[in-house]
Amino acid sequence: MLLESQQTGDTLALRLNGDWCIENIGEVDAALAGIDAGSRRVKIDCSRVNTLDLSCAWMLQRRLEAIRAAGGNVEFAGDEPRHFRFLVEMSERGQGKPRKTEEESTTLLHGVAWIGRRAVQQATQTRDAVGFFGRVAATMLRSMRSVRSLRLPSITRHIYETGIQAIPIVSLIAFLISVIVAYLGAQQLSQFGAEIYTVDLVAIAVLREMGVLLTAIIVAGRSGSAFAAEIGVMRLNEEVDALQSMGVDPYEVLVLPRLIGLVIALPLLTIIADAMGLAGGALLSSALLDISLTQFIPRVQAALAPTTFWAGFIKAPVFALLIAMVGTYRGLQVRDSSKELGRLTTVAVVQSIFLVIFADAIFAVVYVQLDF
Amino acid sequence: MPSQTPNRASSGQQPVASDQSASPVISVRNVVNRFGSQVVHDGVSLDVFPGEVLGIVGGSGSGKSVLLRTMLGLHRPSAGQVIIEGRDITQMSADELLAVKRSYGVTFQHGALFSSLTVAQNIQLPINEFFDVSETTLAALAELRLRMVGLSPDAGPKLPSQLSGGMIKRAALARALALDPTLLFLDEPTAGLDPISAAEFDELVLYLQRGLNLTVVMITHDLDTLVTTCDRVAVLIDRKIVVDTLEGIMANPHPWIQEYFHGPRARAVQAPKEKQ
Repeated sequence: MLLESQQTGDTLALRLNGDWCIENIGEVDAALAGIDAGSRRVKIDCSRVNTLDLSCAWMLQRRLEAIRAAGGNVEFAGDEPRHFRFLVEMSERGQGKPRKTEEESTTLLHGVAWIGRRAVQQATQTRDAVGFFGRVAATMLRSMRSVRSLRLPSITRHIYETGIQAIPIVSLIAFLISVIVAYLGAQQLSQFGAEIYTVDLVAIAVLREMGVLLTAIIVAGRSGSAFAAEIGVMRLNEEVDALQSMGVDPYEVLVLPRLIGLVIALPLLTIIADAMGLAGGALLSSALLDISLTQFIPRVQAALAPTTFWAGFIKAPVFALLIAMVGTYRGLQVRDSSKELGRLTTVAVVQSIFLVIFADAIFAVVYVQLDF
Repeated sequence: MPSQTPNRASSGQQPVASDQSASPVISVRNVVNRFGSQVVHDGVSLDVFPGEVLGIVGGSGSGKSVLLRTMLGLHRPSAGQVIIEGRDITQMSADELLAVKRSYGVTFQHGALFSSLTVAQNIQLPINEFFDVSETTLAALAELRLRMVGLSPDAGPKLPSQLSGGMIKRAALARALALDPTLLFLDEPTAGLDPISAAEFDELVLYLQRGLNLTVVMITHDLDTLVTTCDRVAVLIDRKIVVDTLEGIMANPHPWIQEYFHGPRARAVQAPKEKQ
């Protein structure tokens, strides 16, 4: 028991026992809450306390103040605890009273304000995004004038990081997906005795859609997040401000190399993904459908129109542009806190994947209209 | 009171109950720290006595931070012992070390406030982590910490990014005090502050140290801080340590110490003292 209380007449005698320290703060809290704030006279005996730390002294003092404020009389049997003097001294050092918090607004007003705030936010964000696009385009044109401002070493680094290092995972996923497509296709087509069309299915699906789309999604997850995080950390460390103060354009140094690097790397990755996809199809065909490689290759050539590969391939630079733009844009938006960094990195990945798929849908419609 | 520098005594402050006959709070015994072939500490021994303020100085790369990290149990020394409250922390299990870490407070050079939490949440985090406390109590405890370091309660709901440099140092100190430690480690507490804020911060540290009878170990380069707050000074030099009162250190003939305390930058600090 930390606190023993005894009521005699209108006097409440409190005796503190044991350890009043922050380890027991929960019990201290409960014990203090048990003191009747309406008591007229309170006598406190601290002689049997082992330890009384500042936190508990503060909680006790607050409770006693509440009793005093209600008109009660508080006195100590013996000395006041040492920390009480410190607390009194501290309040005498003078602290500004907390400013009054603003009046609670009504829910309706709150709702309207929320809508308004969101609308303004959306408008600003759209304006900023368009501004970013314009600025990147302008910087690009300016940089084209000299090789130095293109920063080839930096571009090479980004091609290595976003392209070459991604080859294993992109290959693996393209391979597995085409195996899945071939397997499902073979199962369904065998009902019509048309297993041979599995080859057509795999070839067209991989070259037109799967290869480039999956590669873009993997790269968005891998490199889009890396762009946002790298630039975001630079913002938090004020490195971007440092660049600007030196008169170096952060768009030229940070955004363009990533953008150009990815626009070069993603199409190359797409070619690898296409090849691995076809390899997966070939493997499954020979294992499951008894279509050997010598039959597979002519069949693929027959199935493909001259444009099939290009229909997939030309999407790659567009997707690369979207991923790099979203990643760098979100990275540059990071302000102030590590939480922002995490949030904006997530936003970068989600948004770039969404934009890639959205762009793919537009491509599909346009191809149908053009009969491509 | 042999550890008392005349400066602290003559500035009208109460003598502190620093007692060298008592057993030390922390005792660093023959610590060796080696990184590859580079030896940072070669047999460093240091005792910190209850109720004293000990300043640690040393050149860049002399291993001040490594020594601090060793004392905090964040870095395991290559050899030697660190004895806190009678127990060697280099031999402790992770759980025991955690319990020891709870008994001291630390401020880092750049504050190291959690940037995604408000100041009040930063202070409440360790309390909330270890103890079962209601929201109202947490709020009350955070308010106490803010008052202790001289921040107004308005600062509670602010994010660290909204604070000035001086306020960040104070908020970091408030967080270090969250678990009512008796031992406080301060890493460059006044670095990056203007002289007026730095002096106020020194005064705050002394005020808390006297009021709560804390033991304080600080790394500092600020000569004013050394003069006004520290009972003893430890100088890390040539992989060893020299510990003495400020007067004793200043009389030390080692060239680096002479340069440090009597160089052109130090003279400005010394001048008013010599007039006394």
